[in-house]
Amino acid sequence: MTESQMERGKVALAMLVENHSGVLARIAMLFGRRGFNIDSLTVSETNDPGISRITVTTHGDRKIIGQIVLQTQKLIEVRAVRVENVENDIQRELLLVKLATTEEQRSRILEVCGIYHGDIVDLTKSSLIVELTGKPGKIDAFLDVLSPYSIIELCRTGMTAIGRGPEAFQYEHRESHQA
Amino acid sequence: MLLTGAEIVVETLIEQGVTDVFGYPGGAALNLYEALYQRRDRIRHYLTAHEQGAAHAADGYARATGKTGVCIATSGPGATNLVTGIATAFLDSVPMVAITANVGTGLIGKDSFQEVFITGITNPITKHNYAVRDIGRLAHTIRTAFRIAGSGRKGPVLVDIPKDITAAVCEFTPEKPVEPEKPAKPDPELLRRAADLIRASRRPVLCFGGGVVSSDSSRELAALVKKAGIPACRTMMGTGVAGFGDELDLGMIGMHGAAAANVAISEADLLIAAGVRFSDRVATKADCFAPRAGILQFDIDPSENCKNVGVQNFVIGDLREILAGLIPLVGPRDRSEWFARLAQWRKKDRAPKEIPGVLRPHDVIGIIGEEAGEDAVLVTDVGQHQVWAAQYWKRAKPRGFITSGGLGTMGFGYGAAIGAKIGAPESRVIHLTGDGSFHMNMIEACTAVSNRLQVVTVIMDNGGLGMVRQWQSLFYNSHYMATEPERKSDYVKLAEGFGARGFLGDTPERFRAALRNAFAAAGPSWIVCPIDRREMVLPMIPSDRTVKDMILTEEAFS
Repeated sequence: MTESQMERGKVALAMLVENHSGVLARIAMLFGRRGFNIDSLTVSETNDPGISRITVTTHGDRKIIGQIVLQTQKLIEVRAVRVENVENDIQRELLLVKLATTEEQRSRILEVCGIYHGDIVDLTKSSLIVELTGKPGKIDAFLDVLSPYSIIELCRTGMTAIGRGPEAFQYEHRESHQA
Repeated sequence: MLLTGAEIVVETLIEQGVTDVFGYPGGAALNLYEALYQRRDRIRHYLTAHEQGAAHAADGYARATGKTGVCIATSGPGATNLVTGIATAFLDSVPMVAITANVGTGLIGKDSFQEVFITGITNPITKHNYAVRDIGRLAHTIRTAFRIAGSGRKGPVLVDIPKDITAAVCEFTPEKPVEPEKPAKPDPELLRRAADLIRASRRPVLCFGGGVVSSDSSRELAALVKKAGIPACRTMMGTGVAGFGDELDLGMIGMHGAAAANVAISEADLLIAAGVRFSDRVATKADCFAPRAGILQFDIDPSENCKNVGVQNFVIGDLREILAGLIPLVGPRDRSEWFARLAQWRKKDRAPKEIPGVLRPHDVIGIIGEEAGEDAVLVTDVGQHQVWAAQYWKRAKPRGFITSGGLGTMGFGYGAAIGAKIGAPESRVIHLTGDGSFHMNMIEACTAVSNRLQVVTVIMDNGGLGMVRQWQSLFYNSHYMATEPERKSDYVKLAEGFGARGFLGDTPERFRAALRNAFAAAGPSWIVCPIDRREMVLPMIPSDRTVKDMILTEEAFS
């Protein structure tokens, strides 16, 4: 965790966990019962089918983030936890946003999408859907520019992240706790 | 060999060295009970009046013996009735394996008769839990449950087994009992730094708690305290763990702790925390706790680092190894100025006043201590009597004082005392309760009667819910809402109705005689001790306040 991250109080945690039912509920319950925040959450299977990767973005002071890591590590099905390094990590989030458009708005929206490298993935006479991938900050900025327009529906996947370079996120190899 | 799932459960319990289980049967648990019948020569099953009693009994058994306690319940309400007992064990880090039966796999998730999602319900109050879906993994799951319950910071683990899995058949190979995971050795560099801090400190205080019991380190603790000459206080969970002689023993800290202990913490320059977790009953105002001290904490659970209070030096490991590692590194140092100040503060601690012929709370605890012998196990319920017991219990025998410290579970005592008696049959087991707590689970008398257990229940009867009433006296203008129930329960007759013995102990002399009669008899007894309802637990630091606001005497607010 870097100093600038601490000041903002916003951090991403990566976890490698056993891939079976109930594990996500256990992590969500831990956050819930201890009053930790979940700002976003992504979960998916990894190249090891027994292991899922979870990315949680959360916020809090140094003490709270420290507690989140220590408490999460205690869960039996959690194999590894780390605080993501903003400087060294590739961080991405996917946005799908459906906008109501008139003829005259459409070209201005397309211009904005072009600048942000967003793709138009659906287009009707009165609406369009933009797909945009990037760091959460870029998506925030894009949505800010879109704020004068009428958003019908919006979804963001939450951030996922991976460290640069050849090293892998190490975890303990042991037997699954699936019963 | 080919066994049914139920037989695998029972064989695995036997393999893990389990000799006693506490439980209550039911539809979904019938296969398990058939397997228990077949192996009744190896495992004794104790039927309680209520599943909550079974969970508390498994807990009391574990606390009295150090072994992992086992309770069994059927699906649905059987399982939910265990919940308070599991949470009690979780908050006090007591090793327990709870086995619940569930409806058949095909009925799960359909709101079937007596179906609940008990692994969901117990998720936040267990170290881990399992919903078994594959009989091939059943034996391994139960073994792992024992390993988790007994490793590191101990705690309860629940295994939920559907009825069809207890009926199905699978190959079973016996194994040796699982060994708890060995914690990493304490870092020698951190130990050296800890010793430096202790050596450099002019005003050190050590505070110890339940971790000393779980790690069986009372001898090492006493040796360290004596060798380094550090005054020591304890949390409620550290009661009865060790005695150091007057000068080094500051008594209990916290909301109802001794003035000397609380002032010492607030003036110390170093607080050594050994197996404590700084709950709000100890650090009544966490931000202002030990304001002049650096905190040096020893714990097996890394997540206790900076959980409730800021900690500057944290050593992870088994407490016994940490303390043993420190002993050679420390030595005496002249701290006469500090001890002189401690002696002054100790004078603030009032001794309770004797009133001839009147049985006051400290008399009850004192007489129990005198009559029960060195080997006694005192099991409390929750409320005023519990705190009085923690304040006045003078015996130094680890596992000899059993109380629900973290969850504060009224109704804990009777089940726990029954479990303790079964685990430690040679000890005199006293169940100290109040009339409020006792009304919750007095039904467990039938369990003590059926099994001819000499559990002596002492009821401190102040005709109400004393601790809540005390708060109403102090902070709610004496508005005694729902704390003076005017019950007419006749404890002597009730005891006789259950097939136990009932005695009245209304003066110190009659109480002592009743205790002697109870200890001379086989089977359970109840002794009722009327207590003036105006008696309060003092001193007291109100919630979210500090030692500066400590109430020392009744006169302070009358």
